[in-house]
Amino acid sequence: MSRGISHAHSIVEPGPISRNVAGVIVIVYAIVALVPLAWIFLTSIKTPPDSISYPPKVIFDPSLEGYCNLFTTRSRQTAEYLQTLAPPSGVCEKIARDRNMVIVGPSNYAPRFLNSLVIAFGSTALSVLLGTAAAYGFSRFKVPLKDDLLFFILSTRMMPPIAVAIPIFLMYRELGLSDTKLGMILLYTAVNVSLAVWLLKGFIDEIPREYEEAAMIDGYTRLQAFFRVVLPQATTGIVATAIFCLIFAWNEYAFAVLLTSGEAQTAPPFIPTIIGEGGQDWPAVAAGTTLFLVPILVFTVLLRKQLLRGITFGAVRK
Amino acid sequence: MNDVAKASFIERAATATPAPVARVIKGLSDRAIAWLFISPTIILLLAINIFPLIWTIQLSFTNYRANRPNAEVKNIGIDHFQSILTDPDVWAAMQATAHFVFWTILIQTVLGFALAYLVDRRFRGHGFWTTVILIPMMLSPAVVGNFWAFLYQPQIGLFNYVISFFTGLDPSSFEMIGSVKLAPWAIVLVDTWMWTPYVMLICLAGLRSIPEYIYEAAEVDRASKWRQFWTITLPMALPFIMLAVLFRGIENFKMFDLVNLLTNGGPGSTTEVASITLKREAFEKWRTGYSSAFAIILFVTVFGLANIYVKALNKVKSR
Repeated sequence: MSRGISHAHSIVEPGPISRNVAGVIVIVYAIVALVPLAWIFLTSIKTPPDSISYPPKVIFDPSLEGYCNLFTTRSRQTAEYLQTLAPPSGVCEKIARDRNMVIVGPSNYAPRFLNSLVIAFGSTALSVLLGTAAAYGFSRFKVPLKDDLLFFILSTRMMPPIAVAIPIFLMYRELGLSDTKLGMILLYTAVNVSLAVWLLKGFIDEIPREYEEAAMIDGYTRLQAFFRVVLPQATTGIVATAIFCLIFAWNEYAFAVLLTSGEAQTAPPFIPTIIGEGGQDWPAVAAGTTLFLVPILVFTVLLRKQLLRGITFGAVRK
Repeated sequence: MNDVAKASFIERAATATPAPVARVIKGLSDRAIAWLFISPTIILLLAINIFPLIWTIQLSFTNYRANRPNAEVKNIGIDHFQSILTDPDVWAAMQATAHFVFWTILIQTVLGFALAYLVDRRFRGHGFWTTVILIPMMLSPAVVGNFWAFLYQPQIGLFNYVISFFTGLDPSSFEMIGSVKLAPWAIVLVDTWMWTPYVMLICLAGLRSIPEYIYEAAEVDRASKWRQFWTITLPMALPFIMLAVLFRGIENFKMFDLVNLLTNGGPGSTTEVASITLKREAFEKWRTGYSSAFAIILFVTVFGLANIYVKALNKVKSR
């Protein structure tokens, strides 16, 4: 993103005033935009009564109740019955007892979260693998109908997901892939691979052919040249592409809500269904949301260079 | 990369010993490798994109219902297409979609470009704050959209509280999601919050693609900043702005997750955008044939509009 030191004293550098004003406006926007996210986190450490009090509480006693409720299922008991029980062991059990409840088992959040991990990483690995190979093929070889194929690959992204889901639903029902992780991995891969091919073809186009040709003159086969010369050079592009695939698969909702219900359900369709007694249990929903967003937040901050490059690069090429 | 680096790189590549496995596949011609590399992707796309698409087209001419797999399937020609195009509910959905697409694009483009312009002033820490601004677009629209429903609650929601704090309105006097007047704006607001950063990034790429020397020449000619903006910055960034509009347009035409969790098309069918109608027809009423026809109409619409737009974009680019 740097523009090089040669411009440091250029006559078109913005002046200090315009620079500072710009900075203040951008920072104010950023902070306002973060308020909803901060509120999600704050709600996740509130008790249910605190979460729905008016005016909204910014100062409160933090509680783990949201996180406890997120991971457990509880049942209400009479005070007499509770007195017959042994004293509570563990934080969550104690919180439940205070609400006249006992923990009866784990909730579905952990398995749903695990499904999200498996499906997101599985489909990302597959998309990047297929995408790299296809991008190299399109970049280096004469493929009949190349432009048509590339356009076709991209146009598959213009379908509304619900429109795609109708025949996929029928097809998966026939093939026994409904509500399976494999089915979701294949579906997300099919969606992501089009973007992967486009992004990676751009990155590979940038690697001079002479590198491979030199390697091949020195006795490498084409495949060896691909693995030892092209792949290491394309690492940045592959990482950028993988981030995109991962974010899409991690965040995807439309297919997940229509095609999965239990076994392979991911976290996004599950989180809105977290309910307590009398409506949504907002601290638990916020806790589930927080845990779900944290991996992406960490990702964004750690890999922002690749991310920025990927977004703008993909946009400019398409 | 300079010549020295290149030479040393080739040297390194040349001195590495070829693996024995490679000898087995040494006989593969370039042609074979090309197909070996490309065909898995093509096969996957054929199986999961094209075959279903053809199936959708076939279903759109029948009265098939997915919840009655054993019922007799009749070919009914173009009846579905006719009834969809004359259905006032469908046109209402198209209107809701158009409202959503138009306003989100307008607001996001203005806001996104303004932010990009400000970030391009390169104040101290602009890299960090750019990353911070990006955060909303990285998050799951479904999960975050669901939480916005909480922020929008009358009486207890933070949004209503903040609005009433600044305007003095009674926080329970208006409902963002529950009222016919405000619900379309509730989804526009959340989408804007999420996707303005995306438009900003693309505009930023546009602004950074403008070569410095043009501004330097303009300075030498004593062109005012105002004039520089209208004659250099905006025209040269325009192709990028138009690209951002294209991407947001396609995405928002398909919009499902955010709206489904925020309003689910309600109240009534005020915010029932095309994808929500499609979901109701396909997965609630189980009118598979009808919804297939609707899906095709939507696809053709997006595809057609996008193509016309790309033609215009190419004209601007080649100017």
